[in-house]
Amino acid sequence: MLRDLDFRLGKGGFYFLTGPSGAGKTSLLKLLYLAQRPTRGRIQLFGEELSGAPRDALPQFRRRIGVVFQDFRLIRHLSAFDNVALPLRIAGASEQETEGPVREMLAWVGLADRASARPPTLSGGEQQRVAIARAVINRPELLVADEPTGNVDADMARRLLHLFTSLNQLGTTVIVATHDIGLISATPGAQMIRLENGTMLDPTGGLKNPPPRTPGSEK
Amino acid sequence: MTLDWLFAAPAERRLLGVRPLRGPTPWVIAIMCFSMLIVAAAGLALAGTAGMVAKGVESRFSLQIPGGNGNLEATLQRVRSTPGVSNAEAVPESEMRKTLERWLGPAGATADLPIPALINFDARPGTDLGAMERRLASAAPGSRVIAQRESLAPLLRSLRALQWIALTLVLMLAGASAAAVVLAARGALDTHRFTIEVMHGIGATDIQVTRLFQRKIAVDALAGSIAGAAAGALVLLALAAGSSFAGELTGGATLSGADLLILALIPFALTALATFVGRAAVLAALREAL
Repeated sequence: MLRDLDFRLGKGGFYFLTGPSGAGKTSLLKLLYLAQRPTRGRIQLFGEELSGAPRDALPQFRRRIGVVFQDFRLIRHLSAFDNVALPLRIAGASEQETEGPVREMLAWVGLADRASARPPTLSGGEQQRVAIARAVINRPELLVADEPTGNVDADMARRLLHLFTSLNQLGTTVIVATHDIGLISATPGAQMIRLENGTMLDPTGGLKNPPPRTPGSEK
Repeated sequence: MTLDWLFAAPAERRLLGVRPLRGPTPWVIAIMCFSMLIVAAAGLALAGTAGMVAKGVESRFSLQIPGGNGNLEATLQRVRSTPGVSNAEAVPESEMRKTLERWLGPAGATADLPIPALINFDARPGTDLGAMERRLASAAPGSRVIAQRESLAPLLRSLRALQWIALTLVLMLAGASAAAVVLAARGALDTHRFTIEVMHGIGATDIQVTRLFQRKIAVDALAGSIAGAAAGALVLLALAAGSSFAGELTGGATLSGADLLILALIPFALTALATFVGRAAVLAALREAL
């Protein structure tokens, strides 16, 4: 259960969310990618108060968020291509508009030759890469990743981090929940939020270098 | 409502991972459509029969003359010359005795049994029946004019009641079909809950998710309806071709063009009902999630 959380993520920032297992990292991420509503308090995203927003209003905000799930959440009966293409198709892109970016993204995560493979035939690392490709295919404004490097080797972890930082440099706000100290240390300038027992470990210093409160920042 | 949801891109059709016409829905709909068609045909045939009988006796009267037919020919001429009367005919005594024999056995055919004379006639529309009855009564003392529609009223009431029963049965079958579709839709939602959660998480709207299920329900329902209707049509054709049951079913009345049109619309109406109910069930279930 999360409690007494009050922080603001700057637009275009790069954040790591850390803490021991059960600290509430996944719960906090679920609030951020609008999979849950808070029982109390407020969540502002993209300048909009969304805690009590009608559910019909949520899809348009979810389309601006890319999510890498801890358990990948790939649709088993769809090919890797179709899984990655899903956000574009849901957003209304035509097949012509979908084909190129999806092929490019699959090539980037090293799965160009596995485009027609279904998730059960992919290794854990390959599934993770498909999940990441799906999360970033539509250039989200907010990227939320829950242990994104948990199933990939060091080289792929470095490439994924490079993808995240590249997206971040293009303006995407990135928040990554991880235990991977190497990942954190390899990302200079990233800020860190530490959770323990559902609250920030040090509410005054947990968020290092808090950004200034500017319009459009996410709270 | 546009029908673009029915013609989805192949990628969209792959999302549920199941091919149409799988599962029990087409079979259930086929059985329901078959039953609805047969019951509706019976109801319409009864309506036709009732209408035919009612029309036939609407202006038909009988002049009943107690004591036999001693002066029947003169009475018949008086009836024919009465204003407003057309097509007057005396019912032969032999015919009446034959009818009585069916009810009473050989005793009905003996000459010992007194029977009245009977003249059937039609009254022209707008005829003053009271005046006509007085005039005919003076032509044959003790005679009585009987409106045949009154004699057949119990039969017509029974036919109308059977029509209502048939309509109620059709509506009940439609309700049962709708309930089956709701159960099938809920089952499909449970089966595909994970896919739905992923789609919602990525930003799919309820309408986008519903379209996937609506299409499958529509295709299943249409296929089932057409199969059920085809089987029903074959049965009706076989009945109409002369089986003994056909006579019982239709009472000699044929289905009119309007009746056939109604029967032809049943599979499409059932498909539309299933699609609408399925869509509503899916939307209602989705609204329970965030």
